[in-house]
Amino acid sequence: MANLALRSLTKSYGSTEVLHGISLDVSDGEFVVFVGPSGCGKSTTLRLIAGLEETTSGIIEIGDREVNNLEPKERDIAMVFQNYAIYPHMSVKKNIAFGLRSSKMPKADKEKRIQEVAGILDMTELLDRKPSQLSGGQRQRVAIGRAMVRDPAVFLFDEPLSNLDAQLRTQMRLEIKRLHQRVGSTIIFVTHDQVEAMTMADRIVIMKDGHIQQVGTPSEVYHKPANTFVARFIGAPSMNLLPASMSGEMICLTGGRQVEVTLKELPSGKDVLVGVRPDDLLPDDVNPVISGKVTVLEPLGPETLIYVETASGEIIAEADGRSPPRVGDTVNLGAGPEHLHVFDAKTGEALT
Amino acid sequence: MDNIAGSKSGLTWAVHISVAFLVALWLFPTLGLLVSSFRTTDQISSSGWWKAMFPTEQTIQLRTGGTAEAVQQDGLYVVEGNLLTDEGGPGMGSKPVAFGVSSREIGAYEIGETAVYSDGDETLTIAEDGAYRYTSVEEPGRRGQRVFLTAVTPAQATLDNYKTILFSGSGQDNMAKAFFNTLTVTVPATIIPIVIAAFAAYALAWMDFPGRALLIALVVALLVVPLQLALIPLLRLHLGIGIGKGYLGVWLAHTAFGLPLAIYLLRNYMVGLPRDIIENAKVDGATDFQIFTKIILPLSFPALASFAIFQFLWTWNDLLVAKVFLIDATGSTTVMTNQIVELLGTRGGNWEILATAAFVSISVPLVVFFAMQRYLVRGLLAGSVK
Repeated sequence: MANLALRSLTKSYGSTEVLHGISLDVSDGEFVVFVGPSGCGKSTTLRLIAGLEETTSGIIEIGDREVNNLEPKERDIAMVFQNYAIYPHMSVKKNIAFGLRSSKMPKADKEKRIQEVAGILDMTELLDRKPSQLSGGQRQRVAIGRAMVRDPAVFLFDEPLSNLDAQLRTQMRLEIKRLHQRVGSTIIFVTHDQVEAMTMADRIVIMKDGHIQQVGTPSEVYHKPANTFVARFIGAPSMNLLPASMSGEMICLTGGRQVEVTLKELPSGKDVLVGVRPDDLLPDDVNPVISGKVTVLEPLGPETLIYVETASGEIIAEADGRSPPRVGDTVNLGAGPEHLHVFDAKTGEALT
Repeated sequence: MDNIAGSKSGLTWAVHISVAFLVALWLFPTLGLLVSSFRTTDQISSSGWWKAMFPTEQTIQLRTGGTAEAVQQDGLYVVEGNLLTDEGGPGMGSKPVAFGVSSREIGAYEIGETAVYSDGDETLTIAEDGAYRYTSVEEPGRRGQRVFLTAVTPAQATLDNYKTILFSGSGQDNMAKAFFNTLTVTVPATIIPIVIAAFAAYALAWMDFPGRALLIALVVALLVVPLQLALIPLLRLHLGIGIGKGYLGVWLAHTAFGLPLAIYLLRNYMVGLPRDIIENAKVDGATDFQIFTKIILPLSFPALASFAIFQFLWTWNDLLVAKVFLIDATGSTTVMTNQIVELLGTRGGNWEILATAAFVSISVPLVVFFAMQRYLVRGLLAGSVK
C-alpha cells in the first residue's frame, strides 16, 4: 500500500503528444477513477504508471520512490486488463499463483495466500478449472484474484468491466468497491463509463485530449463542474446548456427570460452558457427559467423525463412520475438559482 | 437479407465436391499402394488392386499326372489326383467352376461332366473338390495331359514383400537400414529449426530492439530464395570447414533451409497472441525468458505442431538435400528416398517390392499426420480473452 504521484507527465508517440503534463496526487488507500471519452489518454496514463510504456517526460512516484526507470515487475503494482488476460493454458489456481512464482515466500505460505484470495473472491471451488470453463464474471474474478494475491502497493484496473453484460457489471462494480473497503489498497481505475466512475470513486479524474479537466469527489464533479465538458460528460441525461448573454448583473436567456446568478468572476465576453441539470429543472412557476412545448416523454418510474422544445433548442427536464405533463402541453420550467451553472461561452470555464 | 450470417452460401456444394475430390485423390493411391504391397507379382499382373479384396475367377493351365501315376484298370490306364492341391494348383480354398481339355475351348465342360479328348481314347472327369479321374486307352505321356481349369480363388494376402523389404539379408532390397537413416536425418532436422525459430520468433514478435523490422523483412526475403542456389556453395563450405558429408551436414542444411519459413510462421502466430497476456505476465514479474517458456510456448503449440509436421514431412521425403549433403560413395548413410530410386533401377519390374518400399516410406508420415492433425485444427486460445 502506498501513495502515488504523477508530476507533469507527458507522453509522445513520435511527434504526436498524447498526454500534456498530467499531475496528480493519490493518497494511500484512495480509489481514484480516470474517466473520459475514448482517446483521452486515460489508458495511456495507466500504462505509464504500470511501466508498460515509457514516459516522455515527467516523474511517476509510487510510495515516494521514483519508478520511471523501473521495469513493471519492480514497481510493486498489479494490473487487471480489459480482456482479463488470463493465461488460457493454466488452471485458475496456476493463474493466480503465477504472480507469486518470483516471490521468495515458502510454498505453504503461497498456498495459504492463494486459498485466502480465492476465499475473498468466492471461487475456492473454481481453482482447478480451466479459464475456458468459466463465465465472464468468473474470469474477471480470476483476473482480480491474480492481482490481489501479490498484495501490491497499487492496483491498476484498465476498463475491467466493459466486457461484462449490464447486470454483471453492476454486480462486479459493487464487489470491487467492497473489496476496496475490505483490503484498503490504493486503486487506479480507468473507465469510459461515468456511472462506474460516480459509483466507485473516492475521487474522479476527468480527462479529455490528454489534459485533466477536473479532479474531485463524485459530488464535486457533479455539482460543481469545472467546465462545460465536465458538465456534459458527468450525469445522465447530461446537463442542459442554454445560450445566454450578460446584461449587467443579469443573465438574459435567448428567449427573453432573465435570471440572476451570483458569479465568482466575469466572463471574457458577453456570451455565456447557463447550465441546468434535468433533475434540477422542473415544471415550476416559482423560479421560471424557460418554457416550451413537450415533444417526448420518457417515463422512468419514479420520474419522467420530458423533452421540451424551447427557444434555445430542445432541452431535457424532469417531471413527477405520477402526474407528468402530456405531449403537446406548454410547460414553464423552473430551477432554483443555486442549481444554475454559468459557463463562459468562449472558454467553457465555470463562472459560478 | 440474403447475406445474413448463418445462411448457406450457394457455393457449399462446390466446397463439398472439392473436398470429396481431394479426399479421393489422396485416398485411392495410398490405398492402392497398401493393397498392392500385400499381393504377389502374379496377382499384380493379372488384376488390379481394387479386385484384391474379392474372390477372383481365373483360368489356369494344369497337367494331370503322367506315366508314373498311371494305374491299369480293366484295360485302361487311369490317373487320379487333385487338381487344386497338385503342383501348380490354386490351393484348397478355390472352387472349380468349369474346365476344358483344348486351348480352343478352355471352359467347355461343367464340373462333374466327363470330357472326351478329340482322339476319343481319353476321358477326364473333375469333381467339385478338384479330384480328377483321367482314363486313356494308350499309356499316357510322361508329363500327363493338359487341363484348363477355371476356378474362383478367394482373396489372398501375403506378407512376403514386407519380409523382403524389412528383414531380408540382401543389402539391395533391405530398407530397414535406410529407414533408420531417414529417422536419424529427420528427427534432429525437425527439432533444431523449431527450437531456433521459436526463440527468434518471440524476439521478432515481442521484444523491442533496433533493426527488428529489417530482420523480419530479411526473413521474408529469404523465403523466396530457392534452395538449389545454395547447394554448391554450402557443400563447399561444409567440406572446407571439415564437416564433410554426413548427418551433421544434412541437419545443418535442413535447419538453414527450414528456418525462414519456421520463423515467419511462428512470428506471425506469436504476434497474434493477446498483448494483454504478455503485458500481464510482465507486470506479474516474469522475465522475457519466463514469458517465452511459460506463456508463449504453450500457447504457440498449434503453430509449433503444424510447422513440425511440415518440416518432418519434407525432410522425410527429401532426396535432393540428402544426396548433396549426406550420401557418400560408401552408401552406408543412404536414406529411403534414395533407396527407392535405386530399387526402381534394380527391381523395376517388381511392382510388389516397389509398392511395399513406397508404403514403408510413407507409413511414418501417415502416422505423424494422423497423430498431430488435431493440433492443426484446435485453437488453444479458447477462453483466454472474451
